[in-house]
Amino acid sequence: MNPEIKNIIEDLKEKFDPEILNITEKNDKRVTVDIPGKAIINISQYLYHDRHFRFIIASALETKKGFEIYYHFSFDRTGLIMNLHVILPAEKPEIESLTGSFEGANWIEREMHEILGINFLNHPNLEKLISQGNWAEGVYPYRKKPLS
Amino acid sequence: MGNKKIIPIGPYHPLQEEPELFKLYCDGEIVRDIKWETGYNHRGIEKLSESKTFDQVFFLVERVCGICSTSHPFAFANCIEEIANVEIPDRAKYIRSIIGEMERIHSHLLWVGLAGHFLGYNTVFMWVWKYREPILDLFEIITGNRNSYAMFKLGGVRRDIPNHLIPSIRKILAEFIPKLDLITGAVMDDPVIHARTKGVGVLTKEDIIDFAAVGPTARASGVAIDVRKDDPYAAYPLVNWKVITAEEGDVFAKTEVRLLEMYESVSIIEQCLDKLEHIKEGEIDVKVKNVPEGMGTGHAEAPRGEVFHFMITDGGYTPVRHKIRAPSYVNIATFKKSCVGQTISDATISLAAVDPCYCCTERMAMVYDYFTKKPLMGTRELLKLSHEKTENIRRRI
Repeated sequence: MNPEIKNIIEDLKEKFDPEILNITEKNDKRVTVDIPGKAIINISQYLYHDRHFRFIIASALETKKGFEIYYHFSFDRTGLIMNLHVILPAEKPEIESLTGSFEGANWIEREMHEILGINFLNHPNLEKLISQGNWAEGVYPYRKKPLS
Repeated sequence: MGNKKIIPIGPYHPLQEEPELFKLYCDGEIVRDIKWETGYNHRGIEKLSESKTFDQVFFLVERVCGICSTSHPFAFANCIEEIANVEIPDRAKYIRSIIGEMERIHSHLLWVGLAGHFLGYNTVFMWVWKYREPILDLFEIITGNRNSYAMFKLGGVRRDIPNHLIPSIRKILAEFIPKLDLITGAVMDDPVIHARTKGVGVLTKEDIIDFAAVGPTARASGVAIDVRKDDPYAAYPLVNWKVITAEEGDVFAKTEVRLLEMYESVSIIEQCLDKLEHIKEGEIDVKVKNVPEGMGTGHAEAPRGEVFHFMITDGGYTPVRHKIRAPSYVNIATFKKSCVGQTISDATISLAAVDPCYCCTERMAMVYDYFTKKPLMGTRELLKLSHEKTENIRRRI
């Protein structure tokens, strides 16, 4: 593994020890870090501001565990993609917005709010992004009914 | 917004080929704020993908965008081959890169032409689109289609580039270079284009990082990111080429980056063709029996920037979740910085500068008799004409 990537992972473990639930290294360039929802601001700010990662996008889905969000960050110099994985409870899916740290999170949070009904706290404008005025309120098209 | 006047651009407007609505809040001639509405042609492709098998998803993602119709299959192939842990044959790698670079050339030419049109410089538009045609013919010779090439599949490519075609491809590329020189000279040395584009729609390095912008938009502001170099895939690590950047961040810098990138693309294609000649024909795919349970991320450098695909699989035949992020998704948001403070006339080219693409490809053609209203030509007849045209082009070279 690239020593720079190794160093980042070691640093992450050291700095945010109790908040890092698990680290999965699929290969040299794909790392997934499981974290609790409340740690997202601190860890994403560390990656973005201190380590100069680029925010790619976030993917959300509904599973048996609740709502899962993968925040994808890229460390372009090394080709590393780091996924920050959070699980939100099905009954109250809400998490802090990342728009305070970088503008790039604005649209995707609006989209996740719209298609899955996840609430982003402190987002400046949670209006609909892709179905303005032509979709029913309170109906979330990407929600599934997971088999119990 | 106070008592500022709203100038609407769209939803259907000759400035852009696709539906979108920009509201420019103007104070006299100066744009003070901008708001936009998109989603006019949201087709739910991510959701649709969950009901398709992995082989079918290739055809589906090809239709995300008509202009970068190889970039999405490219990123998807990287994503799914990461999950299935597949290594494709060398010949397939070179063919993938050749198609990817040809697409970059035709897409950049399309943009340069449209930019000329937006500036009221229609000579540039006519010339550039005329010289784009041989590239589209080349696509037709290799893949059978001018667009939506259906070349990619899980584990390789669907068609080979036979070695006997390589000299003709080289000839078309050799003829293209003087035309590219002409276009580059015409754009880079023209005082009118300088006056209209220099210092217009400037995005700083900080803006790019804040908005997470990608592609030529980022590279024109001095942010040297390019997936082909940073996380090499297909044949890009096997050939020599360089990332083109500029520092100014204005519309002129974006034009410069795109024009110079085309030279790199031609060089990459030529190097790939050199390599193809020494690899046995026909070895273009490997068999993939099943896609295991897992998670994959794949990205590829489209003409507009990084295309990103993320997929979760459960060991079955269809994706559980498939997230697609097109480059315009992050680039369009930068309008907030590039247009505000400009005059209305400069705002149009600033809007066009990121080469926005709102992903529309739905279409169907029927030819009716004007008087009897009876259909003269349907799918079958048009397809027959299309096949005849492809054969004609193939005979001509």
